[in-house]
Amino acid sequence: MTLSVLILIPIIGAIIVAVLPSERKDAIKWAAFITALVALAVSIPLYFGFDSSQTGYQFEEIRPWIPSFNIGYHVGIDGLSLFLVLLTTFLTAIAVLSSWTAITDSLKEYMAIMLLMEAAMLGVFVSLDLFLFYLFWEASLIPMALLIGRWGGERRIYAAVKFILYTMAGSALMLVAALVAYAWGGTSDLPELVANLNLPVNLQILLFFAFGLAFAVKVPLFPFHTWLPAAHVEAPTAGSIILAGVLLKMGAYGFMRFAIPLFPAAVPFWTPLLVTLAVIGILYGALVALAQEDAKSLIAYSSVAHMGFIVLGIFSGGQQGMSGAVLQMVNHGLSTGMLFFMIGILYEQRHTRLFKEYGGIWIKVPVFGSFFLIAVFSSVGLPGLNGFVGEFVILLGTFKVNWVAAVFGTFGIVLAAWYLLTAVRRLMFGAFNPANDYLKDMNPREIAIALSLVVFFFVIGLFPNLFFDKINPATAELTESINISTLVAGQ
Amino acid sequence: MPIEFPTLNFIALTPALTVIVTAFLVMFVELFVTDKRILGYLGLLGLAIAALFTISLFGVSPVPAFQNMIMSDGYSLVLDLIFIVTASLSILISLTYLGDRGLQRGEYYALILFSTGGMMLMGAATDLIVIFLALEIMSIALYILAAFNRQKMGSGEAGMKYFVLGAFASAFFLYGVALVYGASGSTNLNAIGSWFNSNQASLSDPIALVGLGLLLVGFAFKVAAVPFQWWTPDVYHGAPTSVTAFMSVGAKAAGFAALIRLLMVSFGNEVFILDWQIAIQALAVITMTGGNIAALAQKDIKRMLAYSSIAHAGYILVGVAPGTIDGVQAVLFYLMAYAFMNIGAFAVVAVLERRVAIGSRIGAYAGLATRKPLLAFAMLLFMVSLTGIPPFVGFWGKLYVFRAAVEANLSWLAVAGVINSAVSAFYYLGVVVQMYFRSAATEEEGQGIAPINLGGPVTVTLAIAAIVTIILGIWPTPLIDLASLAGFG
Repeated sequence: MTLSVLILIPIIGAIIVAVLPSERKDAIKWAAFITALVALAVSIPLYFGFDSSQTGYQFEEIRPWIPSFNIGYHVGIDGLSLFLVLLTTFLTAIAVLSSWTAITDSLKEYMAIMLLMEAAMLGVFVSLDLFLFYLFWEASLIPMALLIGRWGGERRIYAAVKFILYTMAGSALMLVAALVAYAWGGTSDLPELVANLNLPVNLQILLFFAFGLAFAVKVPLFPFHTWLPAAHVEAPTAGSIILAGVLLKMGAYGFMRFAIPLFPAAVPFWTPLLVTLAVIGILYGALVALAQEDAKSLIAYSSVAHMGFIVLGIFSGGQQGMSGAVLQMVNHGLSTGMLFFMIGILYEQRHTRLFKEYGGIWIKVPVFGSFFLIAVFSSVGLPGLNGFVGEFVILLGTFKVNWVAAVFGTFGIVLAAWYLLTAVRRLMFGAFNPANDYLKDMNPREIAIALSLVVFFFVIGLFPNLFFDKINPATAELTESINISTLVAGQ
Repeated sequence: MPIEFPTLNFIALTPALTVIVTAFLVMFVELFVTDKRILGYLGLLGLAIAALFTISLFGVSPVPAFQNMIMSDGYSLVLDLIFIVTASLSILISLTYLGDRGLQRGEYYALILFSTGGMMLMGAATDLIVIFLALEIMSIALYILAAFNRQKMGSGEAGMKYFVLGAFASAFFLYGVALVYGASGSTNLNAIGSWFNSNQASLSDPIALVGLGLLLVGFAFKVAAVPFQWWTPDVYHGAPTSVTAFMSVGAKAAGFAALIRLLMVSFGNEVFILDWQIAIQALAVITMTGGNIAALAQKDIKRMLAYSSIAHAGYILVGVAPGTIDGVQAVLFYLMAYAFMNIGAFAVVAVLERRVAIGSRIGAYAGLATRKPLLAFAMLLFMVSLTGIPPFVGFWGKLYVFRAAVEANLSWLAVAGVINSAVSAFYYLGVVVQMYFRSAATEEEGQGIAPINLGGPVTVTLAIAAIVTIILGIWPTPLIDLASLAGFG
């Protein structure tokens, strides 16, 4: 029940927000924030109630939905989705809070959309039925497009349309592939399909492609990434936080939850291509990030590089890489979310994100500077912080199987340190730009947001096993399923 | 000596008869009332009674009637409900729309009802002659309705064009009827079917195949399938919007109703299925692709919806192609879903068209979300649902027809369908972009939008359509269960 309640809370919250009168801005904000907090509070017991000694799904719920089609409402979580659910509820609360003063136009619609978005994303991470998953997957498109197109920057329409067309075109074939799998298996229930579906290898390769395309666009994997910088640069701060923090994870998660377990025999076929694209993405994203003049655009390209790491981990061929990828999804959500939030603070005051407009602002805003530096350290993978654990484990896992990819990946880490520290230098140090004379430091609300994120940087960085313990059973099972099908195919 | 009457079984015809009797009643009452809106409500009452008859017939169907020229079975009854929904929602739009334009005349409602009666007969007809009669009952009323706004040039043109091309289509159809009769010796669909089943040699009879081909052409005109769609944009654009809403769904559904029964009952032989399956597949792909590509370029929302309705005919043909009962039920689900979302979209167009400054240009929808949030939200729902994005009913319609195609090993049709859906996102969401992302370009447009009064019957259409689009989108099971009642008696 918990998971269904979790999906329902934001929907109910959105309805409450929608019926409030538009002038009551404070009431709207509080209603949205309290809803997000309630959802967060409901999701936290999932962590403590999650039994890591057990494989398979927990908090499961199965109800008939379309009985004559054998399509059911089936939700549940395992080690792959647990932390993504928590990440979603956490980042949504932060996104709502970060929009407190930034959004003034059509606040009611904004908050309602934000909450609907949360419901759709939670649905994606808990669905265990092909069509239920597809429903939430597509349903998350419209709210995000509205967020970008309505409350975004100058080229928001271009960005919103590009976002929606890319992701829709990407996921079109997934529906047919789901229908084919469903026609073969006679059900759309994921666990049942994984257990019983035995497709010919060639068909698996084809269907993996159809699913994989949808996920690759969402991740986004090079060369499907071009929608991302546009969307990020134009989106409002909270939109960027959600986009980078949660939405991109849906793609990586989709590979692990659907593409790999449903079509394990196709994994060896596609792995070389996906690993190559991931590595290209890591290096390309980093190099392009180096050349950016817009801070948000830099973080957007760094996302391309970081998501490349995650895909590298997923297809590294070992359990370690996969576990690292799952944790890195959470890490990237937290650290990139924080970076976008920090840039948003500057943008709210100066209405520009160009590096040349800043410089030497550390003396004006030391608190901001310190938090920004921590976020950057987390993102470049400084030991002791969360990013290090994820990237290190991914590279370790990859090195055992494919040392070439690991070497290139390591090179990507060096580049990340280069462009992110360059960004810090150009924003914070150097000659003081007098245009920033009136720049105000972070207010208590902003400090509270930043602190809540930083706590997790350290918790994950210092006690990674709090997380790996819950992730490992699921990734072990997943790795096993690939190995078995490879063995069978090899015979 | 007692005279022997053939068993007519009027009971099988009660839904259609109720509608037609109501039409006559409307014409009669028209003489005595000055407020013509009463006639619209009278029509709604008649449709409601027809719906009650339809629902009660589900228990006793299948009932053959008029010497097997009519059949009341699950298939025709589900269709009856689709036509009743279509007519009711359209009448609700008309009550507001006509009043604004000084077109509130009694015969309008009578014509809608006659046309609806014809549609219901098309769904129930099991004889080629009855199909033709029903087709004409439906079409002639529609020709007049298209030209109902006589003062407007476009409306007259629409009526004329529709009439000429409709007559053309009828000629194709009749020629096909003659040839099929020549090949099989009967005009009764079941008799034709059993003749072909028992005479293996006749399966490759060129006369039968040419006849089938001509019948297909006739129906392709009626459902606006490419390359027989030329009349559609002009007619949909020129006709009063309330009429466009009605015929874009009703006439299409009626065309499919008779086509599917013909294909399944008379040409349901395995050999024949292989023949027409190829034609239907080709028709499906070029129809959805052609409709979508043409819709991309439209600046006027009525023309855009006209081309998009062509594309939807293509998606529906995907459900026809498998030649399975599953595909037929998918088509019925799709048509019912389409009735709600498409008429909903036209209702929004009708509301906004009331202001001359807005007309039906898509560009004039700019900034609607700020001025009329609820109206814009309703339009958003319909556009998203028509694109086929969940959780709205249009998604399930597409899923259902594509599922039927995949299960009949026609996955490539489903691939063509989903790619087309992605293309259609571009123009459907173009409307959303205008409403939500842009602000009104000129003061004049802003002024034009400001005084819109929602209210009146059109709001009922909007509310019903929006609620159904959402509820059936989240929980499509009731409509799926309804569609699964459809079978051929």
